[in-house]
Amino acid sequence: MPTVTVTTRAGEERIVEATSGRSLMENLRDGGIDDILALCGGNCSCATCHVHVAAEWLDKLPAMSADEDDLLDSSDYRQPNSRLSCQIAVTDALDQLRVAVAPED
Amino acid sequence: MSEYDVLIVGSGHGGVQAASVLRQREFGGSVAILTADRDEPYERPPLSKDYLSGDKDFHSIHLRGPDFWEEKQIALILGRTVATVDPAGHSVTCDNGERFGYGKLIWAAGGEPRRLTCDGHDLAGLHAIRTRADVDRLRSELTDAERVVIIGGGYIGLEAAASLTRMGKHVTVLEALDRLLARVAAPTISDFFEAQHRARGVDIQLGAAVTCIEGANNRVARVILADGRSLPADVVIVGIGIVPHVAALAAAGADAPNGVAVDEFCRTSLPDIYAVGDCALHRNVFGPERQVRVESVQNAVDQASVAARHILGDPIAYAATPWFWSNQFDIKLQTIGLNTDYDATVLRGEPSGGRFSVVYLRDGAVAALDCVNMVKDYVQGRVLVERRANVDPASLCDPAIPLKSLALQE
Repeated sequence: MPTVTVTTRAGEERIVEATSGRSLMENLRDGGIDDILALCGGNCSCATCHVHVAAEWLDKLPAMSADEDDLLDSSDYRQPNSRLSCQIAVTDALDQLRVAVAPED
Repeated sequence: MSEYDVLIVGSGHGGVQAASVLRQREFGGSVAILTADRDEPYERPPLSKDYLSGDKDFHSIHLRGPDFWEEKQIALILGRTVATVDPAGHSVTCDNGERFGYGKLIWAAGGEPRRLTCDGHDLAGLHAIRTRADVDRLRSELTDAERVVIIGGGYIGLEAAASLTRMGKHVTVLEALDRLLARVAAPTISDFFEAQHRARGVDIQLGAAVTCIEGANNRVARVILADGRSLPADVVIVGIGIVPHVAALAAAGADAPNGVAVDEFCRTSLPDIYAVGDCALHRNVFGPERQVRVESVQNAVDQASVAARHILGDPIAYAATPWFWSNQFDIKLQTIGLNTDYDATVLRGEPSGGRFSVVYLRDGAVAALDCVNMVKDYVQGRVLVERRANVDPASLCDPAIPLKSLALQE
């Protein structure tokens, strides 16, 4: 079972036991990270599941779609390592992934 | 009688957000969510889309993880319907006679699907799409169903039509007015979705008034239209809007002409009672100069935050930018702003190309955008909406000019 280390908005570091095959967003939500709102439910229609990904993991993630890229532009906290967590399917290869919840827009 | 410092009625996005914000901001009192639903809180939007089609299971649409409620000390009281509210006594009584006391009450009870009243409205095989149980019932009948008639050409009806067409059903959408989405979108959007649905095999009937539903063996068999036509149906879905669930508040004396009226802090006219979400009639700073109800996840969540913060003694007036989405087939519609009472529109792009936006103006200012497969416009249009920008329509209609640059010029 892959684990993901998450830094919450409050700065607290938490380990989430993730399920492969589900999105990172669903895994964070199931792991009790309630500052991930994911209001559109993982449809890449909003940007409320925005995370910053630890640099060493960036190139191991699925490629970003044009829609995700555009939606991330709506955030004042976009960084080069920004992703929408609903667009990342967790796999065993992502074991030990590290992300931080982006500040609330 | 159990007592809670904050009692929240309703377990949709609004109710859950209110409870979450209280705990995130370290509210130390007792909090309960009381709901008619028998399931732990879940998202409603997928009910007409991925949950209906089976692409998402129930686990995927939970609003919070399984341990959240206990960890955050939020009591979930499922399967209870509030019958009466006693504002003076600070209590609610459920239809099973149970009473719950409250310090503050947040009414996030949403609405009931509007039902048909014509002959045959109570036959088996008629469905609404509002709760998980509704959709589980519908899904259990789909296996043997070939022909589905959907009454109502709004977002719910069209999303369901798209899901069911993809599942291989023969779908007919009946809309009483002369275009789809008539109450919520401009004719350009209506025409686009009509063409897209038709191209994918959905039978769209406009100006189709339902006279009655005819049954066989107490089950739906045909939908009869005012012009005499008879449409065979194995299953009928009714998607003709909601009736705000506010009767108990109205009976308790709340100002509740259409939903329950609230001020900028989501307070009703009754002491210590707030209302948020679909049922809250409010003056929206992005809307016209009259009270409106807004049926969206955004409105439910942001009003819930407003109510919770007022209870916490850290008030902010409701002024969040409205947004909305609807996915049908591979079409992504995103809305920013509120188009209620718009008086003009500007078209950006060419609907036949499958990517375009409709800009809604009110008194010359940008009020809202419906963006079809145009995520950039949705993102960049936000600032125009937030500034109520007056933009030259000649620039606005040119999709080659980014909305971002128009915001700078303004």
